Amino acid sequence: MVETRPAGRATNAGPGRLLIAVYLLFAIAATSRAGLQIATKFDEAPVAYLLSGVAALIYIVAAVGLARAGHTGRRVALACCSVELVGVVVVGILSLVDKELFPDETVWSQFGSGYGYIPLVLPVLGLIWLWRTRRSPA
Amino acid sequence: MTSAAAANSPVDGVLATASIVLSLLVAVWALVAAVRHRPPDRVQFIGLGVLEVALLVLSVLALVAVGGGDRPGEPGAFFGYLVTLVCLPPLAWVLARMEPTRWGSAIVCAVCLVAPVVVLRLQQTWEVLGG
Repeated sequence: MVETRPAGRATNAGPGRLLIAVYLLFAIAATSRAGLQIATKFDEAPVAYLLSGVAALIYIVAAVGLARAGHTGRRVALACCSVELVGVVVVGILSLVDKELFPDETVWSQFGSGYGYIPLVLPVLGLIWLWRTRRSPA
Repeated sequence: MTSAAAANSPVDGVLATASIVLSLLVAVWALVAAVRHRPPDRVQFIGLGVLEVALLVLSVLALVAVGGGDRPGEPGAFFGYLVTLVCLPPLAWVLARMEPTRWGSAIVCAVCLVAPVVVLRLQQTWEVLGG
């Protein structure tokens, strides 16, 4: 019940809670998909499946970072959103340029088109939200 | 599997369709609430409750079919989606209770937009080999 707000506005209330909810959904989707792929057919596309696993991990950590709020939580969330944004753009470009690199779909392939481009929008919303809730300069 | 198994898909019927429609209705209702700056109301929570009951019945039907010898085309993915699906309404419920603002309604809306997609994926992963 007690919420700590040491740095800036809390990242885990209001719109932030919606953001956390979407991050949770993606964490669940990416984790179960990657887990299944790695467990059952890892040899078919190791790079793609490992990437799915890494993406899943980042979604989980980002959700936790936003939910924990506070100074550390913000930095964790900031790092995750940045890595996500870079990841989805780089993998999106690579998957278009060299299809053989990712023979099977990942969350980030084609800029996340398989997931309604939400993987591309989500880190941007995350960064905007972190910016909006930053500590106002005294 | 045989095409007969696909034809008797336990997750493709009136109940599945009703779940999708109900979920979308709750999503629209919650969206209107969010736009009007309203926190999640009774209708949303009752809708989530009814949706959860429908999804649980759907899961039981699927498990009964599996127990009766039918097999989904992609068992791993199928059961993954099934477990995820029944967790969605409770997730929305808990988060909406934590957030009694318009954003709580937005959460209910988002989750109720995802649930129909998961039901569709459930149907696809059952039928993938049965064609």
